[in-house]
Amino acid sequence: MVLMDKTTRRHRWDTKFSPYAYVTPYFLIFGVFGLFPLLYTIWVSLQHRNLLDEGGAYLVWFDNYATLFADPYFWNSMGNTLSLWMLTTVPQILFALGIAALLNRKVRTRTLFRMGVILPNITSVAAVTIIFAQLFGRDFGLVNWVLDLFGAGQIDWQAGTATSHIAIAVMVVWRWTGYHALIFLASMQAISPSLYEAATLDGASGWQQFWRITVPLLRPQIIFTTIIATTGNMRLLAEPLLFNPGAAAATGGSDRQFQTAALYLYEQGFTKYDFGYSSAIAVVLAIATIIVAGFGYLVTKRIQTD
Amino acid sequence: MTAVMDPPAPPARPTGPVVRARRIARRVAGPWTYAALIAVLAGSAFPVYWSFVVSSQTPDAVDSVPPVLVPGGHLFANIARVFDTTDFALALMNSVIVSGTVTVSVVLFSTLAGFAFAKMKFRGRNVLLLLVIGTQAIPTELGIIPLYMMMAEFGWAGEIHAVIVPGLVTAFGVFFMRQYFERAIPDELLEAGRMDGCHSLRLFWHVALPAARPAAAVLGLFTFMQAWNDFFWPLVVLVPENPTVQTALSTLASGYTTDYTLVLTAATIGTVPVLLVFLLFGRQIVGGIMSGAVKG
Repeated sequence: MVLMDKTTRRHRWDTKFSPYAYVTPYFLIFGVFGLFPLLYTIWVSLQHRNLLDEGGAYLVWFDNYATLFADPYFWNSMGNTLSLWMLTTVPQILFALGIAALLNRKVRTRTLFRMGVILPNITSVAAVTIIFAQLFGRDFGLVNWVLDLFGAGQIDWQAGTATSHIAIAVMVVWRWTGYHALIFLASMQAISPSLYEAATLDGASGWQQFWRITVPLLRPQIIFTTIIATTGNMRLLAEPLLFNPGAAAATGGSDRQFQTAALYLYEQGFTKYDFGYSSAIAVVLAIATIIVAGFGYLVTKRIQTD
Repeated sequence: MTAVMDPPAPPARPTGPVVRARRIARRVAGPWTYAALIAVLAGSAFPVYWSFVVSSQTPDAVDSVPPVLVPGGHLFANIARVFDTTDFALALMNSVIVSGTVTVSVVLFSTLAGFAFAKMKFRGRNVLLLLVIGTQAIPTELGIIPLYMMMAEFGWAGEIHAVIVPGLVTAFGVFFMRQYFERAIPDELLEAGRMDGCHSLRLFWHVALPAARPAAAVLGLFTFMQAWNDFFWPLVVLVPENPTVQTALSTLASGYTTDYTLVLTAATIGTVPVLLVFLLFGRQIVGGIMSGAVKG
């Protein structure tokens, strides 16, 4: 073996092992506190495991799932989840496209407007929901006061399924639209001006240019945003929980009219301590999210590109 | 607030038809664009403004018709009431500790791992990087039941380190720093350092870390705001007697008396720290999002 001086040997050792040392903290912590719990959820979902039971945990295979699929409260929560997904994701993306198009014009004080649209996103979901719950109050809420000016009368926003979903959707859309708008804006600015010049010479209106040039070229970002928004909107929890805070908050309204699947997971897991059943909800919700995100992908993929 | 804005725009140049034709790609905003943007701005800011208005009124004013839309003079009285009736001081302190620790840790570990992924060659690098990217898309919240079981096992339930430890690293942070290093540091620079016998940790400390400061700052801002606003996991693992700001808000709002003034004053206090960060560094935050800094 060739003799190496000390520095070279240390150098070899360094380049060989240091990279692993640098990435280890991430993989260690994420593995233990991120990935492991996620995978272990599947195992727990196959168990009878309730903290309030003396008997301890034991394997029941698919009993939790059988109960779940026969549970009307679960289907109710899945219905609410899908309804809220629709009511949040579609407006978010359409409004974000519109706002991005406005911001893409030559605007003075553009930093002010860009910061303005992102402001809702930095506020806390708890604070925002509490504020909106007050704005949507039945007797003294500002929304009803404004509607009253137009003769719409007092709406009990929390009481109805449709009205409560609209109110919650407003909170989510308010919070996330600006964020998506900035992502769209970044891509819009990369579109070559010559495309619009040519279209203008051909007599295309601004509206036509938006739908025929801008939107098709933003297809990758629209697909991406749809998937990101879907994974977020399929597990709404804070908004329905704090829309009607109080002792029975986890049911999402007196008739469970706005209980999402994530909130039902919370109710089963942390008010009834039925960890097995709650884990089964988590697994089904994860699968449902993948299916819905896949559906969103298929729809947005169909945006025409020439 | 004006300190961080764009410098005032120069007076508009006269735009004849020729100039305008050339400017077609980036339309000059007309009055309707401004009207629409101002409406968007007002809509964005209104709930936060409204929270501030209610915080500065007496409880009676909240229930008045028509509603009061301008701030009153009771802000400090209401703040005092929040601190008297709830343990909001503890909540604020806990939130500062949690967000501060998480921010420092995420920035440090992401920078280390990002540097290794971008600038060092090692077996399995691509596979491990794919793993990082893949885990970004996983909603780890769905593992909340086993995570809670682990915390109960460790005896951490109810303690703030149960909130801190799972937040110490993020896949987003690693990927974000990796992307930055890839562009920011030329390989020749590191090679030269190695030739001089620099240990890789010294290279990291003296070359990579200084170069990474802008990206690390943006990552730090995102991480801080996210940690400050985190709700679901703290709600699950903490107890009302030892809250963060967000769980304290939730407890306050769940009280039987609906004293909106008190609740919204607490919401306002809890929003001030992120609002301050936002007003000071809003430009960097906007830049971070637009350069593809997607929150994970």
